[in-house]
Amino acid sequence: MNKLVSAFLIGGIFGLGIAVSGMINPAKVLNFFDIAGTWDPSLIFVMAGGLAVAFTGYRFVFGRREAPVYESAFALPTERAIDWQLVCGAAVFGIGWGIAGFCPGGSIPALGLGYSTTPIFIAAVIAGIVVARFTRTRLIQPAAV
Amino acid sequence: MTEFTPFQSLLGGAFIGLSAVLLMALHGRIAGMTGILTGIIPPLPSDWQWRAAFIAGAIASPLLMMLAGKQIQFSVPVPTLALAVGGFLVGIGVHFGGGCPSGHGICGIARLSPRSFVAVATFMASAFATVFIIRHVIGG
Repeated sequence: MNKLVSAFLIGGIFGLGIAVSGMINPAKVLNFFDIAGTWDPSLIFVMAGGLAVAFTGYRFVFGRREAPVYESAFALPTERAIDWQLVCGAAVFGIGWGIAGFCPGGSIPALGLGYSTTPIFIAAVIAGIVVARFTRTRLIQPAAV
Repeated sequence: MTEFTPFQSLLGGAFIGLSAVLLMALHGRIAGMTGILTGIIPPLPSDWQWRAAFIAGAIASPLLMMLAGKQIQFSVPVPTLALAVGGFLVGIGVHFGGGCPSGHGICGIARLSPRSFVAVATFMASAFATVFIIRHVIGG
């Protein structure tokens, strides 16, 4: 199968999972975080289902194969440092997630539903990524670029 | 209120996990939406095409489900300004934090990455605190 067709279909399974799980719905995500109010624990079940399959599946893949089907090597993250960028970045992400109820993985499939609110969020995410990338490459780690 | 959906959420989560496993087995990549989305923002990396194809697929399936007559619950209970501010913070945070719930939460924890455990614990705590403050301290 063509590599791009494969990526399209795998993305399709991702979008299906986001839609079926309810994580496409910001109201549902926000209710997960509202234990003191209208709590909806569904997100825990999404994590449980996703981790059960990914944990066993990854072990199967890494145990069976030296390399992926379409590439010469697995491209795994090499970053190991647990530093302030990781912790502060994750904390800021959590604030944004708690304000909007959308995350990148939830919002991209939501574009397919056609509501006008989703592109506003995604445009803001892209703006944030661009600003963060500029800040990191120009101001924080100028020598690394 | 949103309805608690343990079975659908477990099933949907399993599809997200399956997508992560297939992307690793076939393409050797982490199925994190932050990394995939960043890779289609100019300046484009040389391998942007598979990322665009993955995103197109992720958008296509909810669309197809709707066209097939499936009801998909969707509601944005926050004002547009909150979407814009929240989105901007999400963009900054995922860049410095190196990922989001799909990358760190599913792929990273499945690989037992210490960075991902720290990131997930941090962003979950921060989101719980944010929603509590917005709904029960400011809004209460």
